[in-house]
Amino acid sequence: MANILEIKNLNKKFGGVIATKYLNLSILVGELHAIIGPNGAGKTTLISQIFGQIFPDSGQIFFQGTNVTRVPEYKKSRLGINRTFQITSVMKSLTVSENIQLATDTARENSFNFFTASNNQTTILKKIDFCLRQVGLIKAINQPVKSLSHGDCRKLEIAMALASDAQLLLLDEPMAGLGPTETNEMIALLKRLKGQQTILLIEHDMDAVFALADQISVLVSGEIIATGKPDSIRRNPKIQSAYLGGI
Amino acid sequence: MQFIRSFKFLILVSLLVLPIVFHQIGMSFYLDLATRLCILAIAAVGLNLILGYGGMISFGHAAYLGLGAYAVGIPAHHWLYGGLDFLATNNGFIHITIAVVISGLFAFLTGLICLKTKGVYFIMITMAFSQMAYYLFVSIEEYGSDDGLVINTRSEIPLINLDDPIQMFLVSFSSLIFFMWLVHLITKSNFGLILSGIKDNEARMVSLGYNVYLHKLIAFVFSGIICGFAGVLLGNFTTFISPEMIDWSRSGELMFMVILGGVATVMGPLFGAIVFVILEEVLSSITIYWHLPFGLLLIAVVLFFRGGLSSLLSK
Repeated sequence: MANILEIKNLNKKFGGVIATKYLNLSILVGELHAIIGPNGAGKTTLISQIFGQIFPDSGQIFFQGTNVTRVPEYKKSRLGINRTFQITSVMKSLTVSENIQLATDTARENSFNFFTASNNQTTILKKIDFCLRQVGLIKAINQPVKSLSHGDCRKLEIAMALASDAQLLLLDEPMAGLGPTETNEMIALLKRLKGQQTILLIEHDMDAVFALADQISVLVSGEIIATGKPDSIRRNPKIQSAYLGGI
Repeated sequence: MQFIRSFKFLILVSLLVLPIVFHQIGMSFYLDLATRLCILAIAAVGLNLILGYGGMISFGHAAYLGLGAYAVGIPAHHWLYGGLDFLATNNGFIHITIAVVISGLFAFLTGLICLKTKGVYFIMITMAFSQMAYYLFVSIEEYGSDDGLVINTRSEIPLINLDDPIQMFLVSFSSLIFFMWLVHLITKSNFGLILSGIKDNEARMVSLGYNVYLHKLIAFVFSGIICGFAGVLLGNFTTFISPEMIDWSRSGELMFMVILGGVATVMGPLFGAIVFVILEEVLSSITIYWHLPFGLLLIAVVLFFRGGLSSLLSK
């Protein structure tokens, strides 16, 4: 299988803090690749660099074989990369379906459609319906987002990422702030998506990571100290002492 | 729901019928008041597109009213008194075209810069640009400097005689309805949905792949053009234009109307304009310090009715 994403010798410094250090990473089409690491290891910084919100100091990022290192954020989603945020970021004053609609390519491609009503295109309605069913939010379709619980907002974010038809999803701690039941629902949801989508997952919840990931990379102080299947990561003594606290 | 709809309809019908009735029984003053109201409401509708739906708080929209009015005054001035032959005309369509082009261009050029900023900075820079327009017209002696320019001939439009106060009113009223409908269409379109998404969460819209800056710029230009058109009507109505009409306090009045009536609603700007014009008339006949109770009212609306007068209706 081909690599959908390939990162070569990526470096990023914020003043004296090294956030990313000679980082190499490749992700295969269709796999769920998890990145774990302690707080401040540079996980979110890595996602932000892949997505083009910040640019690396040196190194390259290849998406489907093309160099996208310095492609800005708003063009990334057009290429087929999409991300969710650690801190929920949705349009709170709009409804659930409007949020999904905005995430679709159709809405973006028709963005200079000034005079025709936006809410009666069958393709979009079908897409909204499909994405909401995938994440189990179909009941809330016409609710304003501000009335949703935190857990439902997290699901909405996933649904928006799905609606974008992205080939690569960057999920930044989708379980953050969820209770045990909601976490289990989210794990089940990601399990369903696994295989249909290539996913780069950042997550603190170790149970979730080991239950979901095909590959795990361990990031410590901006460096990847190990990459491998869940089992080999779990058994790696270096990681146990550095991060897992000797399970 | 039904009640609210019929109430809104009733307001529109009374706005159309009452002034004409008053005029027929010899109280022309109310017809003038209604014409002014409609023109200000058009400008407020234009401002609402960016302030209400787009979250861009422009403190310089009176500039477009002024540009529109000067687009009538300057060609008419040359048509009557000579000079600048290429500009001299009393043809209404040319006046409107000039107003649309100039206000669109002014919105485009200032928007390019203003939209790089946000929040308070956006408010200040839009105000700064409108003050530049203000001082530009103050400094041109040919067009009356700060004494203003008397427009001795109204725009000539086939089949319509703007010298007739009833026709002037009907043109203003129907323009108002047209622009309310147009802005309603825009806000219900894909572009409108994107605009409200940008107002809500700009960073997220960028990561969804939208060219946020371009969308805001287009809305800004649309809004400027609507206010420019209102300026054409204003020039024709008052037959006088002075830099004072561009002053920042006038921009504040437009904001007042939008916020008082209810941002991001179709009828809001009209409600705001109605209350503004009536209060201004009533309060200023009671005291010359009418701005004081006026200001207190605005504070009360902001504190107690966050959605403006429209929110009272929808409750």
